[in-house]
Amino acid sequence: MLTFTIRRLVLAVPTLLFISLVIFLLLELAPGDPMAQVPLTVPPDVKEKMREALGLGEPMHIRFWKWLVQFFWIEPQVLVDHMFGTSFSQGDLRVISWQTRSPVMDIVIQRIPQTLWVVGTAYIVGILIALPIGIYSAYRQYSWFDQAGTFVSMVGFSVPPFFSGVLVIVIFSVNLGWFPSIYDTTHVVNDWDSFVVQLKQMIMPVMVLALQITAQISRFMRASMLDNLNQDYVRTARAKGLSEQTVVLVHVLRNSMIPVVTVIALAVPAVFGGAIITEQVFKVNGIGQLLIGAIQANDLPMVQTLAFIFAVLIVLFNLIADVLYGILDPRIRYE
Amino acid sequence: MTDLSNPVPSTPPRSQWLNVWDQFKTHKGALWGGIIFLLIITTVFLGPYFWSLEATHIDIRARNQGPSLSHPFGTDQLGRDTFARMMAGGRTSVSVGLAAMLLALFLGSFVGVVAGFFKRLDGPLMRLTDLFLALPLLPLLLVMMMLFRDPLNAAFGPERGIFILIVGAIGITSWMPTARIVRSDVLALKEREFVLAARSIGTTNTRMITRHILPNVLSPIMVSATLGIATAIITESALSFLGLGFPPDFPTWGRLLFDATDYLQQYPERVFWPGMAISLTVLSVNYLGDGLRDALDPRIRGR
Repeated sequence: MLTFTIRRLVLAVPTLLFISLVIFLLLELAPGDPMAQVPLTVPPDVKEKMREALGLGEPMHIRFWKWLVQFFWIEPQVLVDHMFGTSFSQGDLRVISWQTRSPVMDIVIQRIPQTLWVVGTAYIVGILIALPIGIYSAYRQYSWFDQAGTFVSMVGFSVPPFFSGVLVIVIFSVNLGWFPSIYDTTHVVNDWDSFVVQLKQMIMPVMVLALQITAQISRFMRASMLDNLNQDYVRTARAKGLSEQTVVLVHVLRNSMIPVVTVIALAVPAVFGGAIITEQVFKVNGIGQLLIGAIQANDLPMVQTLAFIFAVLIVLFNLIADVLYGILDPRIRYE
Repeated sequence: MTDLSNPVPSTPPRSQWLNVWDQFKTHKGALWGGIIFLLIITTVFLGPYFWSLEATHIDIRARNQGPSLSHPFGTDQLGRDTFARMMAGGRTSVSVGLAAMLLALFLGSFVGVVAGFFKRLDGPLMRLTDLFLALPLLPLLLVMMMLFRDPLNAAFGPERGIFILIVGAIGITSWMPTARIVRSDVLALKEREFVLAARSIGTTNTRMITRHILPNVLSPIMVSATLGIATAIITESALSFLGLGFPPDFPTWGRLLFDATDYLQQYPERVFWPGMAISLTVLSVNYLGDGLRDALDPRIRGR
């Protein structure tokens, strides 16, 4: 198992390097000049100095190397310094945002909790709804519950979050006035009333995200249960005289969960990506909105870093899914 | 001896596609999905010939109207007819969906067939597919929109430039699932006897692919085509919704939805039409794909 994990880890390194190269080259080869906004009255030699100050004067491979060093060597040091009060990163150049002139990672760290709160809650809620639906629709295949579940998940696949989000805003904030349509991130929870306010403002974004997660995972759960329900070991378990509850919820469920758990792990990055739109709809100032803002402001270092963080998430959760699958199902553990 | 009393078969011979159609008809959801999708396509492409109002015609005195006989979906803040704008927007959205799907399908089938057929290229091409699957697609699409919008606009004009950009960007970021499915099917087909027979009479590789392999992987390609339309339409609308798609005065369903959110407090019904159009199209295409998958699978067919 350890060699399996290590092999997957080693394979992840070239993948990450390739992705960082793709992101870097995409931004590099793209036409467009970050100095285009500088007034024409600025003399050329001053312009050249500004260009160097932004780190644009050097050849491409050197800048790629510098970016890698900044991202993989200096930023972790900053994190260590921050946690243990050491000073490894004293005087090192960090990735600076062109928008705010402050280190990119500091802004990202400020924004991540909002995204994590909304996305994390939505993911847990979505899974908690999806699993029972999937189990019951497989157990009663082609019943009205199953048909309804199929329809709801089809709707979940088809209704994009920018429509379902706007729709719940129209219904629940404009017409009924139950929930606020804008997520207030400065809100501090310190007593019961403020907790209720926080709950109210989280319900709508969480529901919109959870609908999509539920649609996906309940389908997987159903398919996986159906695969297992006709297996010989189920008949054996019933023949032994085990109760129906034990057969379905212990024997079948445990085996059906194996692929579902990996799907749950694999879908995490996609949810973060999808949260970009949901954050935009509900004005949650998480990393998704940070990315949109940076793109509109032409803030290349910020865009680069954020795109790369999304890539790291994908590679990381692929790795987790692989290793989980290996732990849960010894048959696929090829060493 | 076979029974010779009735040497002529009483039923006429049936083609494979007739069988597929029979199976497809039994899936009610797929049938309705197909009908609704065809209806949407005809309305969107032929509707403007029968609807006298132009999508860009501004009638400022008739602004912000509710549904009426002359404006079935009402008018927007400049008095433009929402129904005409919906048709114009749908034409763009559906064209983007179809074109991006065709591009992704071409790339995916090409990579899949080549990787499955030529053993030497299998490893590198599949690693490439894995790497593409690990890319953060939505952020990358947004970045591509930001970076290549202006040069392409300058080269091809504002509307065609952005059309090429969106179709290209969606196409080259969504071919991977098709490639994987096609490759696995080609790998299985390659071991079949008819391929061996064709090989033994000296069929060249090109001939083998076009004549024997491609027709047999048509069904997975068709299924991923329908699903590809759905994802392409959603992605295009998402880009337009985030303000990084088509220019503001050029309607697409995503853009109309985005514009309507500004008037959410006063005219909440305005977000309903474009959102409904997107959802209905995608839902019908998804059901269509579901039915096609069953109809094209010979193991399910005839049961």
